[in-house]
Amino acid sequence: MSGVIKMYRIVEKRELAKGVDEFVIEAPEIARRAKPGQFVIVRVVARGERIPLTVADADPESGTITLMVQRVGKSTYHLSCFEEGNSIRDLVGPLGKPTEIKKWGHVVAVGGGLGLAPIHHICKGIKEAGNRLTVIMGFRSKDLIFWEDRMKIIADRLIITTNDGSYGKKGLVTDALKEVIEEDEVNAVICAGPVPMMKAVAELTRPYGIYTVASLNPIMVDGTGMCGACRVTVGGEVKFACVDGPEFDAHKVDFDELMNRLRMFKEQESLAMRRFQEKHCGCSRRE
Amino acid sequence: MGKREIRKERVPVPEREPSVRIRDFKEVKLGYSPQLAVEEAKRCLQCPHSPCVDACPVSVPIPQFIKLIAEGKFVEAARKIKEENIMPSVCGRVCPQEIQCEGACVVGKVGEPVAIGALEAFAGDHEASMGYEKFEVKEKSGKRVAIVGSGPAGISCAADLLRYGHEVVIFEALHEPGGVLIYGIPEFRLPNETVKRELEFLKEMGAEIRLNFVVGKTATIYELLEEFDAVFISSGAGLPYLLDIEGLNLNGVYSANEFLTRVNLMRAYRFPEYDTPVFTGKRLAVIGGGNTAMDVARTALRLPDTEEVYVVYRRSEKEMPARVEEVRHAKEEGVIFKTLTSPVRFVGENGWITGIECIKMELSEPDESGRGRPVPIPGSEFILEVDSVVIAIGQGPNPVVVDGVKEIKRGKKGEIIVDPETLMTDLPGVFAGGDAIRGGSTVIVAMGDGRRAAKSIHKYLTQGL
Ligand SMILES: Cc1cc2nc3c(=O)[nH]c(=O)nc-3n(C[C@H](O)[C@H](O)[C@H](O)COP(=O)(O)OP(=O)(O)OC[C@H]3O[C@@H](n4cnc5c(N)ncnc54)[C@H](O)[C@@H]3O)c2cc1C
Ligand SMILES: Cc1cc2nc3c(=O)[nH]c(=O)nc-3n(C[C@H](O)[C@H](O)[C@H](O)COP(=O)(O)OP(=O)(O)OC[C@H]3O[C@@H](n4cnc5c(N)ncnc54)[C@H](O)[C@@H]3O)c2cc1C
Ligand code: SF4
Ligand code: SF4
Ligand code: FES
Repeated sequence: MSGVIKMYRIVEKRELAKGVDEFVIEAPEIARRAKPGQFVIVRVVARGERIPLTVADADPESGTITLMVQRVGKSTYHLSCFEEGNSIRDLVGPLGKPTEIKKWGHVVAVGGGLGLAPIHHICKGIKEAGNRLTVIMGFRSKDLIFWEDRMKIIADRLIITTNDGSYGKKGLVTDALKEVIEEDEVNAVICAGPVPMMKAVAELTRPYGIYTVASLNPIMVDGTGMCGACRVTVGGEVKFACVDGPEFDAHKVDFDELMNRLRMFKEQESLAMRRFQEKHCGCSRRE
Repeated sequence: MGKREIRKERVPVPEREPSVRIRDFKEVKLGYSPQLAVEEAKRCLQCPHSPCVDACPVSVPIPQFIKLIAEGKFVEAARKIKEENIMPSVCGRVCPQEIQCEGACVVGKVGEPVAIGALEAFAGDHEASMGYEKFEVKEKSGKRVAIVGSGPAGISCAADLLRYGHEVVIFEALHEPGGVLIYGIPEFRLPNETVKRELEFLKEMGAEIRLNFVVGKTATIYELLEEFDAVFISSGAGLPYLLDIEGLNLNGVYSANEFLTRVNLMRAYRFPEYDTPVFTGKRLAVIGGGNTAMDVARTALRLPDTEEVYVVYRRSEKEMPARVEEVRHAKEEGVIFKTLTSPVRFVGENGWITGIECIKMELSEPDESGRGRPVPIPGSEFILEVDSVVIAIGQGPNPVVVDGVKEIKRGKKGEIIVDPETLMTDLPGVFAGGDAIRGGSTVIVAMGDGRRAAKSIHKYLTQGL
């Protein structure tokens, strides 16, 4: 809360894997308060959209937060053009409810793709609370893997799966999760990642009656409960993911509805992306 | 002004042609020229009892400022208004004058009331074009006040506190200041430039505005109290009410807040030049009959894809809470009104909205609001085919700001409870006003609260309450 105006300067940036960047950004007020499960809303440039990104890590001492960004469209590609020393236009947070962390016993955290951002911060909290932690990270192939080292430090057991078998276990995260559940007692599961993955995890754990939490990623605008863009149905009730979530009881979430709502602006998004690729010069990342 | 014949018709305010203006977001009303303003000002009878002043929530000295306009003293007129209302350019444009000042105007009994709003906007705009006069700041008090929210309540409270000599920091959740004036009310009704001008002036006076700061999240009220001597909560009513009907979460169904935020704050009307999209399809329906509903309808009409825009309202036009002028403008622009009609459910296909099942209503005996209570007519259901829907049925205060602050009590609608005299909450040093304590209200009422709060904060800081 010092009087200094923050500039949201990027102090570190690295490419974690193909299509994924890690940013360490100066944001002392957010770093001081951000808890596992919370996110920020970023506006990359003056004409930019407001996009939510999870606080993957926060360091109150250095006053920085870590964001992990998967390039999927205009805003995330634009952000990937930013380098150390550049500043992001707007950054607000920490938003959303922190993860409810209890001493459950044995917790399995399942993350795929951009879901690793929340999983990383949540896992730190889970360990601090004295739980035994198994982490399952899923990737399509070996060249997309990142944060194996970081997760290894936190997790008691780390399982990596690849769809093509080029590294770790071949198969999906749910295959690995099933094995863990069958050979070990599991008291809670936390998952984050693509909606079909979260849905599959929920369906897998449902018959076992294992408490399962999913970190949802609906489209957001303000992130403060003002617009209702982020609404999801949980247990038959309408919830605003930005203030009531983003984590909910996975067994109660209407994942099909969430998947549908994520398609709302598909046409406009691809138009924006095409236009960005045509116009944006001087940027090396135009895959 | 002596005895003379009253001119029954007001001098019309020049407006842009509907067919032209619906193609852009530029202001619809062109405003009075100095000549027209003087002519209109001369219609005022300078009533000694001035009922118009009693009907204005902040008692703007109406006959006095109008007299100054009649005398060609435009800047003086603006300063006269500013004794009570620091944003004449805004209020002149958005106040519901027909139920406030103009509704009480004596001339209205024999003809059209004096165009108080248009004259007020004229004076404000004229003064701005001449460059504002810096107002006198008392000696610095050394006290610091935090203001939560940069809407009209926050702006007016900040201005007065600065005049009293206190230091002011405004915390705003969004990336642009101005509250509903920026994210809600569209540019064709209230240009952003007009609002920005007022905010610039506030900054020149010494206010600091901290954007991207959500009180309750980035820092709590308790933390603000550690650094500031008092806090004023003017966080507005930014929690949209939705309809509890089937199909609410289909694609193409928006709250008014989402729709207006996308278009106004994020400039979706200039997509893809700006990154934020909005989808309307050819036919859009807005549900509701207030200013917000009219703003949505007229905004939608200006977007490139829309061909037909409906307003679906369950009572008749007479009961619509929107400003009369907004309804007239909407009609001129081609908005189609479906009154005495209520939505029953949203119908969809493949996850997208395709229509609204509606039922016709009739009005029975008046309810507690004094308006006819709408009752459905059995068997009158029909489908209104649409590609998108915007729900504009009101909003309540957003709880984020006081999350976890036990001392601050909230009412049934979530409104913050304050002492009606001092506007202080049960947490000493924390005051609140505007939509945050009332639910949806008006700009001028919010500004009135801001001023009253500034007065009690000043008292609290200098002599204790
Ligand atoms: C709480 C939360 C936390 C998230 N955390 C991360 C994270 O840590 N790392 C990460 O890479 N991604 C994260 N996301 C997803 C990220 O916000 C989207 O990938 C991003 O908004 C896409 O923007 P774009 O312009 O690059 O792509 P677009 O082309 O605009 O969109 C690609 C897809 O992303 C989704 N999307 C678009 N706009 C938004 C929006 N405003 N809000 C949410 N989703 C949107 C849609 O499904 C869309 O189809 C998170 C989302 C949420 C809700
Ligand atoms: C579409 C629309 C049209 C309208 N038309 C008219 C009209 O024609 N005439 C009229 O008189 N009235 C009109 N109104 C009502 C009027 O705009 C409001 O009554 C008025 O703006 C209330 O002022 P306020 O200062 O209390 O709150 P707001 O204007 O709502 O401002 C509140 C501000 O606080 C910020 N905020 C909220 N929570 C936090 C937080 N936790 N931390 C930091 N900042 C926060 C918000 O982002 C916002 O900027 C309209 C309202 C809408 C929505
Ligand atoms: S502030 Fe509003 S109500 Fe009062 S005189 Fe001006 S326009 Fe009329
Ligand atoms: S009531 Fe009408 S005529 Fe009388 S002073 Fe007020 S504005 Fe003028
Ligand atoms: S993002 Fe607007 S309410 Fe959640």
